[in-house]
Amino acid sequence: MSDPRATTTGNRGLQIEEPLIFEQGSPDKTAVDLPEPPSTKDRLGGVRRSGPIGLPGLSEPEVVRHYLRLSQKNFSIDHGFYPLGSCTMKHNPRLNEKLARLPGIGDLHPLQPTATVQGALALIDACAHWLKALTGMPAVAMSPAAGAHGESVGLMTIRAALEDRGDARKRVLVPDSAHGTNPATAHACGYAVEGIPADDRGRVDLAAFREKLDADVAAIMLTNPNTCGLFENDILDIAAAVHDAGAFFYCDGANLNAIVGRVRPGDLGVDCMHINLHKTFSTPHGGGGPGSGPVVLSEALAPYAPVPYVVQGPDGFELIEDPARSDAKPFGRIKGFHGQFGMFVRALGYMMSMGSDGLRQVSGDAVLNANYLLACLRDTVTLAFEGPCMHEVLFDEGFLKETGVTTLDFAKALIDEGFHPMTVYFPLVVHGAMLVEPTETETKATLDTFVETMKALTARARAGDVEYFQEAPRLTPRRRLDETMAARNPILRWRPPAVDKAAE
Amino acid sequence: MANVRFTSDHEWVRIEGDIGVVGITEYAQEQLGDIVFVELPEVGAQLEKGAEAAVIESVKAASEINAPVSGEVVAVNEGLADDPGKVNADAMGEGWFFKVRLADPQELEDLMKPAAYKELVAGLK
Repeated sequence: MSDPRATTTGNRGLQIEEPLIFEQGSPDKTAVDLPEPPSTKDRLGGVRRSGPIGLPGLSEPEVVRHYLRLSQKNFSIDHGFYPLGSCTMKHNPRLNEKLARLPGIGDLHPLQPTATVQGALALIDACAHWLKALTGMPAVAMSPAAGAHGESVGLMTIRAALEDRGDARKRVLVPDSAHGTNPATAHACGYAVEGIPADDRGRVDLAAFREKLDADVAAIMLTNPNTCGLFENDILDIAAAVHDAGAFFYCDGANLNAIVGRVRPGDLGVDCMHINLHKTFSTPHGGGGPGSGPVVLSEALAPYAPVPYVVQGPDGFELIEDPARSDAKPFGRIKGFHGQFGMFVRALGYMMSMGSDGLRQVSGDAVLNANYLLACLRDTVTLAFEGPCMHEVLFDEGFLKETGVTTLDFAKALIDEGFHPMTVYFPLVVHGAMLVEPTETETKATLDTFVETMKALTARARAGDVEYFQEAPRLTPRRRLDETMAARNPILRWRPPAVDKAAE
Repeated sequence: MANVRFTSDHEWVRIEGDIGVVGITEYAQEQLGDIVFVELPEVGAQLEKGAEAAVIESVKAASEINAPVSGEVVAVNEGLADDPGKVNADAMGEGWFFKVRLADPQELEDLMKPAAYKELVAGLK
């Protein structure tokens, strides 16, 4: 029987199918009618253009439709529920956007003389003040461009501090559940990485950690709450042991949304932590970026923070750009200009509009939402570790045992239901992990629909309808993609079809 | 199978005289899913037991493969570069990773015999 939903055009209602832009139109077509340019002397020599550059030729309405249709195939936080664990996909308030577009802010140039941008420097300073106050740390490097860049800056600061005291060390300890960027950063900074196993509560195995800690360890990189969505209860003991060994405590701030306004990392003995402004502080994220990853620093590390930084003197704000002009010992520069200024505007707008009480409520509501999901789903879906959890809840594949359905299949079926899937197969310490982070900006109604869907899909899997899952998604513009083939044999760009020699 | 030994990290080593052939187990390939990339050590490299010897990437994750025994790498499975799927298809055979000249055959005593490994996997499932 033919598919009753098949159409002549291949379009499905308002979902339009079309070829790639390179396969549309023709090179002799253009959206604008310009006079022929006057002939000029070619000065390109050996690099002169040897053939047509092959841009697609389309009219303006065709181009507009193409990109609009592409945007409709996207899924974003503005579309629907996006519980991607460890990513804090919260709503981006439009007030932030309005502030970032104010002419006095949006039209600035980073090379303007500082006398003409005192307001911008005051804004960077105010944003820095909020970040320091919220984390209980005395200093912050504002320039890192995103989280992993912040990690890198953190470890470079630690290395500078250690080498300055003539105590270069060789190893960095990283829990097995860490974000992949942690070991990658340590390795890139020249350290040997050593894993610390988790205990059966999903926390750092304290005994194993102490055994690995010695005078050769430069730092531990710990996420708190960790990637299992659990608070590291032994964090004070860990910090004390790290400091007794002469090492530094790097905290990955990816999960700050769980504790903001309630716990100050500085009080936990943290020396260094990056803050993802695009997670906790609601700046655009995941394609809408860029990210921004300021790093807060303890007293011991503050002198080594990179340039540039803002100082306030008798004549107003100043940027210290040259390490030689610094009173401290900056290890260098890690970014052109002054960091992601547009994100400082949005983050400061967010912090000031929420206020300290509002930010305290953010973490409370984020943790409450995750625990609501835990409570509603714990009898259906298997919990990886006994709760309660923090801002995200971690399930494993146990509930799908014997059904033939995998975590991946289950996630694909969620797409048909209109949800962005949760993070799957991370953290690696759990079999078939499903990491769900609802954030505080979702309503109870959304969470209830998600719970109902999870229950219905689980029932379907247990009833033996494996095929349904293995063929999901069915309702998307493209069906299940061959991820294995894409990784083994990636085709990274479009190429014109080969000309048929026989036809010439 | 009598001359094969296993680690608790799901690597196997098959003893052929003074040479050990190393790979990952059936259970490991099943857990990893489709393998898309394998980074092998260089021939001539000196491996230290328990230290990283290779990297394996699947659609789910990237993992390190640790050397189950110490010694010099004498051969690597070049075929995995073009067809990493061999690890999925035949983990204990065609999907071998590298061969190492055993520096200390005594090290084999610390590894698991097939029956012990089978028991370990049964406990995980």
